[in-house]
Amino acid sequence: MIEFKNVKKTYVEGNKALRGVSMQIEDGEFCFLVGPSGSGKSTIIKLITGELRPTSGSVHVNGYSLERIRRREVPYLRRTVGVVFQDFRLIDNMTVYENVAFAMRVVGARAQEIRERVPYVLDLVGLETKSRRRPGELSGGEQQRLGSARALGNNPSTLIADEPTGNLDPARSMEIMTLLQEINNLGTTMLVVTHEHNLVEHFANRVITIEDGLITSDRMDGLNVYEDQ
Amino acid sequence: MKINNIGYLLLEGIRGIFLHGFMSFAAVVVTVACLLIVGSFSILVYNVNMVVDRLNKTNEVMVYIDEELSLAEAQQIHTRINLLDNVHIAEFKTREQALEEFVADHNGDPAFSGLQAEDLRHRVVVKLEDNALMEQTAKELEALEGVAKITAPYEMAEGFSTLKNVLQIASVAVIGVLLVVSLLIISNTVKLAMYDRKDEIAIMKMVGATNGFIRLPFVVQGFVLGMVGAGVAFGLEWVLYDFLVEKIAELDTLKMFQLVPFQELLIPMLLTFGAAGLFVGVLGSWTSIRKFMNASAR
Repeated sequence: MIEFKNVKKTYVEGNKALRGVSMQIEDGEFCFLVGPSGSGKSTIIKLITGELRPTSGSVHVNGYSLERIRRREVPYLRRTVGVVFQDFRLIDNMTVYENVAFAMRVVGARAQEIRERVPYVLDLVGLETKSRRRPGELSGGEQQRLGSARALGNNPSTLIADEPTGNLDPARSMEIMTLLQEINNLGTTMLVVTHEHNLVEHFANRVITIEDGLITSDRMDGLNVYEDQ
Repeated sequence: MKINNIGYLLLEGIRGIFLHGFMSFAAVVVTVACLLIVGSFSILVYNVNMVVDRLNKTNEVMVYIDEELSLAEAQQIHTRINLLDNVHIAEFKTREQALEEFVADHNGDPAFSGLQAEDLRHRVVVKLEDNALMEQTAKELEALEGVAKITAPYEMAEGFSTLKNVLQIASVAVIGVLLVVSLLIISNTVKLAMYDRKDEIAIMKMVGATNGFIRLPFVVQGFVLGMVGAGVAFGLEWVLYDFLVEKIAELDTLKMFQLVPFQELLIPMLLTFGAAGLFVGVLGSWTSIRKFMNASAR
């Protein structure tokens, strides 16, 4: 579960990124976070992954209290939160299989566990036949699938997708969103940050809109999300 | 840290060495050169100390007993001298023994043929525990009742002490500078490897690898570089030193400077090189990775 209570975040240079955000995303929920550039979406992601601490208010993520978390506990928080990036962030000199296995190995997964889990997640994202390819040999959509597979490798309870379709054409974007929906159907909490109105409207999920550091709407149907603005 | 990760982390550390093979080679070469100089300085200082101590032991303070005193009274003064703190050996010589030595020293020179034992004084030849305290001990000897005069080679004793001190200070300075040079070069090698793998490190952090897990391969890399450098330097030091010992032994003119055999220094040198390799390797890599981790997002 992700819970923000009256969270404010002011950067050192004085920029007020969040000005009192409160929201709650339940386990297993699928939620879009939308808003213009500079509205505070990235700050919310960084707070959830423990990269930042709130200036005031409280943030709880999967049982961790982010305003009190110790530095050495942050890696353990991150094991519960997978992140998918717009620019994929894959390791080019590793194969598809190795990219996923690497993410598991560095958190101490056993070899047997890796051998079982990697084919499973590659199958889940439809890359089981391309496990020996390198990221450079994949299309943009496939690279994003690989990014999703890597994020799922450690079986996180929450997946955050930060503009996952930003570098993809509309058809590939729809594929990725469908994949994320399928992953959510398996029980993973999903928070998707996006600009793409048509995708948000297509998937009738909860939509949180943030503007200038404040939540301006929180709707459950996903439709006509920008009509309120 | 789980046991099943240790092999992986060690292999990653060794992979880092070959990732920048030339830089690793350069790091080992610089470490070898620095440790070789450090080792040579240490051995030089040790040998000079031995020679100085040997020469110092030949320094003697001569105590002349008042000629008015009888032999028995002079021997009492000898007993009192033996009780002084810094006195190592005090040898009593009668005026007759002194005459014999004097004549022998001058190869029976006829210029001294008229010299009688009565013209000389009974004397005590004193060797000290610590020649650095010669002046103070000489004052104590002079203050004894019945002592007519003393002669003490203060300047030579001071010269030896100064030589030892200068060498010790110089060696500490040289050793310090060279260790820092080795440390920096290893630190830079590890830093290069880290920048090369900064994307991997970012992903490791993102998926929840602990800082210890991220650091360890780089520490292993620094450790291996430092220890390989130390091992090679130790071997070279041994071979070169043995060669030098052999050559000096062949030269009669340098008999006074007989060097201590390397076998006698084996354990201390092994420990010194090992500790220096460990120090520059582990500390060099640790400082780089620490700076890198602090600079990147937590």
